[in-house]
Parts: sequence; structure tokens; C-alpha cells
Amino acid sequence: MNSGRKLGMVLLGAMLGTAAAMSVARAAEPPLKVGLLEDVSGDLAFMGMPKLHGSQLAVEEINKSGGILGRQIELIHLDPQGDNARYQEFGRRLLNRDKVDVLIGGITSASREALRPIVDRTSTPYFYTNQYEGGVCDASMVSMGAVPEQQFSTLIPWMVEKFGKKVYVIAADYNFGQISAEWNRKIMKDLGGEVVGEEFIPLGVSQFAQTIQNIQKAKPDWLLTINVGAAQDSFFEQAAAANLNLPMGSSIKVMLGFEHKRFKPPALNNMHATANWFEEIDTPEANEFKKRWHAKFPDELYINDMGYNAYNALYMYKALVEKAKSTKLEDMRKAIAAGDACIDAPEGKVCIDPKSQHTSHRMRLISVGPKHEVTVEKDYGVIQPYWLGEIGCDLTKKNEKDQYTPSHLPKKS
Amino acid sequence: MSAEVFSLFYQFADVFAFLILSAAGLAIVFGMMGVINMAHGEFIMCGAYVTVGLVNLGVPLAIAQILAAVTAGLIGVLVEFLVVRRFYKRPLDSLLATWGLSLIVTQSMLLIVGSAVRGIGTPEGSFAIGDYTFSTYRLVLFGCAVAVLAGLYIIFMKTRFGVIARATMQNAAMAKALGARTGRIYAISFGIGTGLAGLCGALYAPTMTLIPTMGATFVVESFVTVVIGGANVLLGTAPAAVFLAMIRMALNASYGQIIGQIGMLVAVIVIIRVLPEGLSSVLVRRGR
Repeated sequence: MNSGRKLGMVLLGAMLGTAAAMSVARAAEPPLKVGLLEDVSGDLAFMGMPKLHGSQLAVEEINKSGGILGRQIELIHLDPQGDNARYQEFGRRLLNRDKVDVLIGGITSASREALRPIVDRTSTPYFYTNQYEGGVCDASMVSMGAVPEQQFSTLIPWMVEKFGKKVYVIAADYNFGQISAEWNRKIMKDLGGEVVGEEFIPLGVSQFAQTIQNIQKAKPDWLLTINVGAAQDSFFEQAAAANLNLPMGSSIKVMLGFEHKRFKPPALNNMHATANWFEEIDTPEANEFKKRWHAKFPDELYINDMGYNAYNALYMYKALVEKAKSTKLEDMRKAIAAGDACIDAPEGKVCIDPKSQHTSHRMRLISVGPKHEVTVEKDYGVIQPYWLGEIGCDLTKKNEKDQYTPSHLPKKS
Repeated sequence: MSAEVFSLFYQFADVFAFLILSAAGLAIVFGMMGVINMAHGEFIMCGAYVTVGLVNLGVPLAIAQILAAVTAGLIGVLVEFLVVRRFYKRPLDSLLATWGLSLIVTQSMLLIVGSAVRGIGTPEGSFAIGDYTFSTYRLVLFGCAVAVLAGLYIIFMKTRFGVIARATMQNAAMAKALGARTGRIYAISFGIGTGLAGLCGALYAPTMTLIPTMGATFVVESFVTVVIGGANVLLGTAPAAVFLAMIRMALNASYGQIIGQIGMLVAVIVIIRVLPEGLSSVLVRRGR
């Protein structure tokens, strides 16, 4: 295996100079190795399973249509079971032992931050496929999901206008929840709104009677729910049982956790979210994509946006490698820097922003009704991931390998 | 004002019910029998899944919950016969064996049933006092917790089985010499313990997300309650739950869930340091 791979590299190296030789080398070339780290057991398995499925579907489609630069893709999936230490262990194994050409995956922001330093020590590209709290300025990482300027800058003003200026936040107590809450504070301040309460919940907590009363005491106009995981999702059922009955907004509910499919109506009634993907999108491209997915995975409860982004990640990788005519990170970065790294995704055309290596998305604001029906309230069109570029992150010039937040901005040089 | 007072009681009752229901089964299996049952959470999960499965088949919720508890109890008897029985003299090995069982069960459930099951919804019913609205079902849970304590008291203190069971736990050889069928006593006690775990899962099933690892959210609280309660089910677990519920409720209300959880665990550390035998050691001594 190893000697065959070396032979392949020698062949590849010798032939890169002559473009005509590509077709000759095709038969001899080893497959591209794609390392995938997704939780398919543990507390987040229900979200991770569609991510594995999306990756498998994309690999199958790409392989059927001739692979990438004529090379087939070999998907190596490991299950870190929601454990950050295992993310690091398996990440090292994929990068150093299996020598994958690209690493994809990670669900929580904690797992991504656990992986990133390990990826940064190699020259392997890494695709993070979730929506997240934003701010990672790292040349090794391409982010496929939506970020706060696409999700919160749209959702929060809409919620304030529609429901009022007082918000109560319940957030998971780790980097995603903390930084998302910081975004909410910043945007609410700009809007002249008021955060009447913030509660950070340890992961794994499932009982919310006290939280529900704290909310009633604070009398907010609406709730920002950025609680994470199956245990914390019990909040919705318990809030509905206590007749809390407040409008809710979120960057992760419905399209990501498909709570509207997992809970009995009307627990998710009056939930709002901004998303680049949700299964209810009704366009010809989206419907075609859903059909292919459900044909391969008939038991899928819901095609969530993580799974969708994971599917896109492989096509984006394909586009970048083919543009760069190389699987090397530096060549791919040059392709990104050219500014036209785009794919035609089921949501429409999505492109990678050269400064931040984050992805543009067509954002829609959706709401959930009493029977858990999903309706599109507003279509924002394509929104660029502009924030990192505005605050001075420019990966075409400098690789800062840092994560910025509204309270942690790059030093002015 | 009355709303605030009722709210305090409601929050206390809510935490108390959670602690008692999740710990009652473990109090028998671990507290009395000394079996470190790492699969306790999986019996809770079993109760929850059976409940939801039966409700989806059209069985009324209350009956489904009783059947779920019975199912968990019967599975417990079977597990006792096949696995736990071999480890009564090796408590640390029982930890490994039941932990292995727990891993096998969660992974099998994931493979067979899938990563998420649609919930059944909490029974309708809420009421308002002042500015607050409350879920009626949470008070039902409190009632069930009190009923479980009363039931355990009657079974272990007032029945012939209870006397023999307590004798067996204290000195199995002597009880056997006096004619008690200790093997059967152990199996039934273990079954009651896992049945109560199943009941916990059954009662919380409508209020939670069902995933194969859901038992884990109960396990820390249940072990903590039993450990600081000590060996006596009634004189240990119940006061331990009252004590922990008071601390957690007060801190949750003033400082939020994080401090509530930290405060509860700090209290546990202090108690184990001061009273290594648990609360019941003090209470039982006083009582004599």
C-alpha cells in the first residue's frame, strides 16, 4: 500500500510538468484519501449521522462521475463519539498515519478547536462543515457553514422588530454558546435592545423547571435558544408543558437539530431561525438533491444543514483541487485567493471568501408553526461572510491561526 | 408573594423528584446489595423507550409506564441471573461487568432503534399562579417520588420479604442457614431496583429527548444521592435528596444552572469527607 502510494507520488511528480501526461497516469494513481471525523454515537449522534451520510453520498457521486482529477476518493471515517480527546487522537491518526489528503469534520466548536492546532502543524487542508459562532482566521481551515453575520445579523433585528426589544438567552456553556451570546449582546446593543437575562447551561443538563421560572421572572419579549445536544433540547418539551409560550429564535434549531421532527407538536411552535439549508427548501435543485439523498438513505429522519454542508464540502474540495490542479494546501489557497472558488450547491451558488476562507450563503428566515410546519418568512439572498475581512483578517496575506470574537479583535499593526 | 413561595416549593419538588426517582433503584442495588451497577442509566433508558414504544402502539400513557417499569424489572432479574450473580463477592468486577453491559446496550440501541426517537409529548395541563405558569405533570412526578419512597418503606420494613431481604443483605450466610432462599432474594431485590430505574425512565420519557445515551443524564445525580445517603434506603436516600434538592434549588434560583450543579457536587464532596458512611450513619445512630 505504502510503496504503491510512493510510486504514485513519484509518477505524479514526474508528470505534473506535462499536462498531456495526466490521462496516462490516471490508471496508476492511488485514490485520494479523505479523512472524516463525525460523531455517529454518543450524545450528538442524531446530528452526526446525516453528516456521515452526506459525505458518503457525495463520495459515491463524485467517484461515479470520474473522481477528482481522475483519482477516486477513499473515505476513511472514524467515530470520535463526541469526545474531544478522541477527536485529537483520531485526528493525529488520520493526518500522521493514514496521511489523508484532506481532513473533514467535527461537530461542536469545542471539537473543532481541539483539532485545529493539530491540523495547523501539518500542511493538510481541513474543512469544518457546521454553522458556528464564527471568527476563525486560519489558512488551514475552510468553513462551509453559516456564521453570525449570516445568521444573527439577519435573525436578531427581525426578532426585535417583530416581537420586541427584550431578549432572554439560554445557551450551552462552552465556546459556541458563550461566543454566540456575545454576538447577541453586541447586536442587541446596536439595535438599542436589552438582554434581560442570560443563562449558560452545562452540557448534559436535562431539567429546566428553574430556568423556565427565571425566564418568566425576567419577562422577555422573546428567547434566544442556543442550547446544544439531546439533553438540553428537553427544554422545549418542558417549556411547552409549563405553557411558557414565548417566541424563540436560534441559529441551530430546526435546520440543524430538527427538533420539529423529534418533538411532538406544538413544542417548537413559534421558533425562528436563519439558515442556508433546511429540508423544506422547495426549489428544483433542492428537491433533486433530497431525492438522491432519500434514495440512498431511506430511513433519514431529516437532512439537516450539517449533513448538507458535509455533502457540499466534498464538492468544494473537488472544485478547489481541480482549479489548483493539485491537492497541496498552498496550491489550493492560491486557487481560493483568485476569488472565484464556487460550486453550484442545492441552495444555489456558494463561493469561498478569499480573506476568511468562509463560505457565502443564501440565507432564509424560517418559522415553525403550531403543527410544526415550516414556512419561509424572509429571503435575504446571498450574504457574504464579511465580518472577518472587515476586522482585518486577510488569509491571502497573513495566517493568524486565531479565533476572533466581538471582544477579541486582531491587534492593529 | 404567594406565587414566589409556591415557586420555591415547586422547584424544590422538581429537583427532589428527579433525585429520588433516579436514585431509588440504585439505592437498593448499590446501597443495599453493594453491586456497583454502571448499567443503571441503561435501565432508565429501557423504561423510557418501552414507554414511548407502547404509547406509539396506542397504549395509554399511565399503563405504558407501569408496563415499562415491569419490563425493566424482569430484564433486571434476567441480568442478575446471567451476569450480576457471579460478582457478589467481587464488587469491583461488578463495576466492569455492568459497565460493559451498559456499552453494549447503548450501542445496540443506536444500531437497532436509531440515533433519535420522536417524543410523545408531556400530558397536557398547566396552571398559573401570579406571573408564573407551571406544568402539572411535574407535580405528578413529585407525587410519584413520594409514592416510591412510601412503597419502599412498606416493602422493606413491613413485609416478610423485606425482613428476609434485609437479613440477607446484612449476613447472607446466616440468613441462608436460617432457611432464607438468598439466591431468589438477591434476584428479586435486583429486579425491584432495575424496575424502579425503569419507572424513572418511564416517568421522564414524555419530558425529554430520547436517545440511547439518555441514561447518562441521570447517573451522576443518582450515584451522588445514594453515596451521600449511605446504605439505608429510607433513612439515607430520602434525606440526601432533600438536602441536595435544597442546595441545588437555592443556587439554581440565584445563580443559574452552572453554579447549581457545582454547588451540589461541592456539597457532596464535603459530606463524604465529614461523613464517609453517608447521612444514614448519623440518622440511624440517632434513631437507636
